[in-house]
This record gives sequence, C-alpha cells and structure tokens, in this order.
Amino acid sequence: MAVIEAENLHRTYRTTTGTFRRRAKSVEAVRGVSFEVGEGELFGLLGPNGAGKTTTIKMLITLLIPTAGTARVLGYDVVESPREVRKRIGYVFGGERGVYERLSGYDNLRYFAELYGVPPRIQKQRIEELLRLVGLKGREHERAEGYSRGMKQRLHVARGLLHDPQVLFLDEPTLGLDPVGARELRSTIASFTAAGKTVLMTTHYMFEADSLCNRIAVISRGEIVAEGTPMELKSRVESGRVTEVEVFGIPEETVGRLRQLDGVLAVSVEEREQAQVLSVQTRADVQLTASILGHLDGASIGRISYREPTLEDAYVALVAE
Amino acid sequence: MSSLRFVFVSWGLQFKMIMRSPFDGIGNVIYPLFFATVAFFVFRAGHSPRTLVYASFGAAVMGMWSSVSTSAGSAMQRERWWGTLELLVAAPRHFALVLLPATLGLATVGIYNLAATLLWGRLLFGVHLSIAHPFLFALAVVGTILAFGGLGFLFAVSFVRWRAAWVLGNFFEYPVWLICGFLVPLALLPGWVHPVSWALAPTWGMNAIRESALGGSPLDDLGLCLGLGLGYVALGVLVTDRVLRAARLRGSLSLT
Repeated sequence: MAVIEAENLHRTYRTTTGTFRRRAKSVEAVRGVSFEVGEGELFGLLGPNGAGKTTTIKMLITLLIPTAGTARVLGYDVVESPREVRKRIGYVFGGERGVYERLSGYDNLRYFAELYGVPPRIQKQRIEELLRLVGLKGREHERAEGYSRGMKQRLHVARGLLHDPQVLFLDEPTLGLDPVGARELRSTIASFTAAGKTVLMTTHYMFEADSLCNRIAVISRGEIVAEGTPMELKSRVESGRVTEVEVFGIPEETVGRLRQLDGVLAVSVEEREQAQVLSVQTRADVQLTASILGHLDGASIGRISYREPTLEDAYVALVAE
Repeated sequence: MSSLRFVFVSWGLQFKMIMRSPFDGIGNVIYPLFFATVAFFVFRAGHSPRTLVYASFGAAVMGMWSSVSTSAGSAMQRERWWGTLELLVAAPRHFALVLLPATLGLATVGIYNLAATLLWGRLLFGVHLSIAHPFLFALAVVGTILAFGGLGFLFAVSFVRWRAAWVLGNFFEYPVWLICGFLVPLALLPGWVHPVSWALAPTWGMNAIRESALGGSPLDDLGLCLGLGLGYVALGVLVTDRVLRAARLRGSLSLT
C-alpha cells in the first residue's frame, strides 16, 4: 500500500486586483498532480519557485483543502480525516520562521511535544535525543531569537520529529543554509529512511534531489512533467550534449531565437559575475555550434566548451518544455 | 488529563512570552496606571469617597479588559508573523484547545492590572479600599479573568479567519468600558443598551468585584459572569472547525 497517494490534485487560489474597482482573479497553482510514495521511500518534488511544490505539500499535510482531486496519507483522506493524518506526520519547512523567538529552543520543543501529545514520561528523554541528533545540545536553554538560521532550521527538524512520525514532509529544508549546514542536514534526512520513515521533500536543488531521493517528480507550472528515479531522469537527456558559451550581454530575444532552432532541447542563461554562461542543450545527432554562434552576432563571446548533460540539464529541459 | 496538562504547560509558556516582550511589558505597566489616573481625576471632582472607590474598581477592570481585548487580536497576528499559526493548525490537538491557553495567559496579566491600579489609587490619590469579603473578592477576580479569557478566545477564533480582525479588538476596547458599567452605572445608560450590557460577561464580573468589595453578595453576578464566559468558549469551540475549514479553503493561514 502506498503511504502517500495524490490523485489528480488541483488547487486554485482566488485573489483580487485593483483598489476601488476590484476584480476577482483565479490562479491555478496546482493542476492535476498525481503520484504515490511507498513505505520507506524518499520522494522528491523538484521544481522552480512558484511551480506548485509548497501548495501540493500543504494539501497533503491538511493545511489547504484541494479544489479538486483526492489525497490520502497512510490511508486517511486529508480532507475527511485531517486529525488522523496530523497525528502521524511531521512537517518541516525551510527558513527562519516557525519558531517562538522569545522562548528557548528547549521550551519550543516542550511546547510542541505537548501539542503533539508526547507522553510526559518520555518527553524529556525524547527532547534530549533530538537535541543531540540536530546538534543543538548545549545551546537549548538560549532564546531562539539568538540562534543562527542554521540552528533555527535544525530546531525545525527536531520539532518535526518529536512525536516520532511515520511520514515526514520536508518543504525546502536546506533553504538558506550554508554549505556545511546543508550537508549535515542532508545526512540527517538520509538517516530518516534508514529508520523506516517515509519522506516527501521539496527542493529546487538538483544535486540535493539526486543525492537523497529514491524517486523524483519534476513539477512545473502546477503539473508533473516527469517522474522517475534520478537515473531515469538523467537518461532522458543522456543522448544529447550541452554547448556552453561564455557571453557578455546577451539579449532575451536572442535566447528566444536559439530555442526555436531545430535540434535544440533547452536553453538557459546563468549569470556569473561580469559574464553570462549560455547553456544550449541539443540532440546528440546535430552539430549546432556554428548556428548558435551565428545567432550571437553582436554579443561579446568568451570561452566555448562542450559537456555531457547532467540531472540539472534534464531538469532545465523538463521545466522549459 | 493530557489536555489539561497541555493547557497548563501552554498557559505557562504563553505567559513567559508575554512577560519577555519589552513593548508588551511597558504597555501593561503603564496603561493601567494611565486609566487609573484619568478615572481618579474625573471622579475626585465629585468629592464623594464612595464614587472614588467605585472608580478605582472600575479602572482596575478597565485595565484587565484592555489587556485581553487588544492583546487577543495581536497574539493571533503575531502567530501569523512568526509563521507558527500553520504549525499550530497542522498539529493534531483541537485548535480551540491551542487558542485557549494563549488568551488565558493574556487575561492573567489582568491580575497585575488590578493590583497596580488599586495600589496607584492608594499611593497617589489616597483611596483606601477595604475589601468586605476577601475570599469572595478573590473568587470574583478569578472568575472575571476566566470570563475575559473566554471572550478573548471567541475574538481569537475570528482573528484566525479574518486577518484584519485584530483591529476589532481595539475597537471593542473603549465601548465595553462604558457599556459594561466600568466607569458609569448602567442605570445612566439608555434602555436599549442594557440587553447588550447583559450579554457581556464583563458587566457581571464588574458587579461581582464591586459587590464582594463593598459587602454585598457577588455570587449571582459571578455565576452569570462565569456562565457567559463558558458560553463564549462553547460558541468558540463550535465555530472553530468551521472557521479553520474556511481558512484552509481560502488558503489564508499562511498570509501575514
């Protein structure tokens, strides 16, 4: 039996525009998302900002009611039985919010332990264990307002694990962490599945999804555009290749024209200090270097290089489709 | 048992947070003294010691009420700013049980308001109060605080649904002083106001405090005050699920 099931989930937000003459407007954040996550699996929802990752996760953890479609966690419907779902899941999100700053880290955990009905006889021991797990032992009696972003993030993780949930939902858990902190947190996340927990995490970091997840669903503009293991997603573009051109001042119209070239799968531009790096992903059977350079007429060109596609290229190609 | 323990622990932590906020702290220290000063100046002009005693209890309850009415709204607003509101909703406890300790914590600050106002009156204006029935007086104060907590809870439930509703907390602050007879006897108000006054627990709480201090019997007033307080809580619990469902439908829980 699947632990998490999402079937054709839709979510529309209603908003208004204008000050005096208000007009209602609908924004479709999630448009027919379906997937299943098995027991002990670490499943990644990967997508750019605004793709619908957080909205999907919020429907699954009962904070949002879907406009259409159904979702179940451990067999409980998220709309019909929200309390049963809440008892069995943990939720951790990235960033500095979600902490009672005026309370110590210990008091924050104590409050949430009570909120989740952790029995008093095991509460103290559980908090101590988690403080050690997330590396906050020794700082737990300081007020959370003095914690660094990384410490607050680790406090979030400890909070999410207080009631030993069977299923964990992690929404961009490494957001804004320094590389060392993010690496430590990733290793903690990897240990969750080893302990038999089922994890659904969202991220927009390719390498994070690649290194942690058993399976990934790429979400773009509210729809799942691809699903599979990291290897399967990579294999989708393995036959192609990527031409990287260092350019100085490439107009947006040129990027648009490059996308129209026959044999081009995806085009992206990355800002790197003074210059930009144009990455053009093409089919393996075409040679487009001359054509690409021809379209860059007028822009200053630096180094040109070729490489094999990575998961990041697969992702860029998928979300650009 | 677990729920009772949760309310107790949660109340303690909420109270800790209130006491650690410098701005809340300054407000809670200065406001009651300000109310008391205004009330004493106004009533001293009447040259009647009895009206001064009447005013001193009124001013004390004004401070208690202000603490609840304005803070219940801002407490929910703070949960939104801190990003903790969603975490509270995502927890398995009934949300009503989560809100109640927060509003009770705020109402508890009212005990300080009461003590500070009465002390201020004695030190600066020489109002010597003798409490005729100290035990009943203490009972009336605790009962009034609980009823205020109940009313604050009902406010807080609506603040979860409507983000800007905290403004209403400020709006209710001053009319209640008048309608519930904190400063002016209800008999002086127009007849059509009376049903509104009777429906508000602060009216009966105020009566109970005055009666117990001046030697009357506060039990009927206290019973009505607590009954209404329980009614507010029951109404709040009944509408909590509906309010939360509406917020989950609109996606307004994460908005600040």
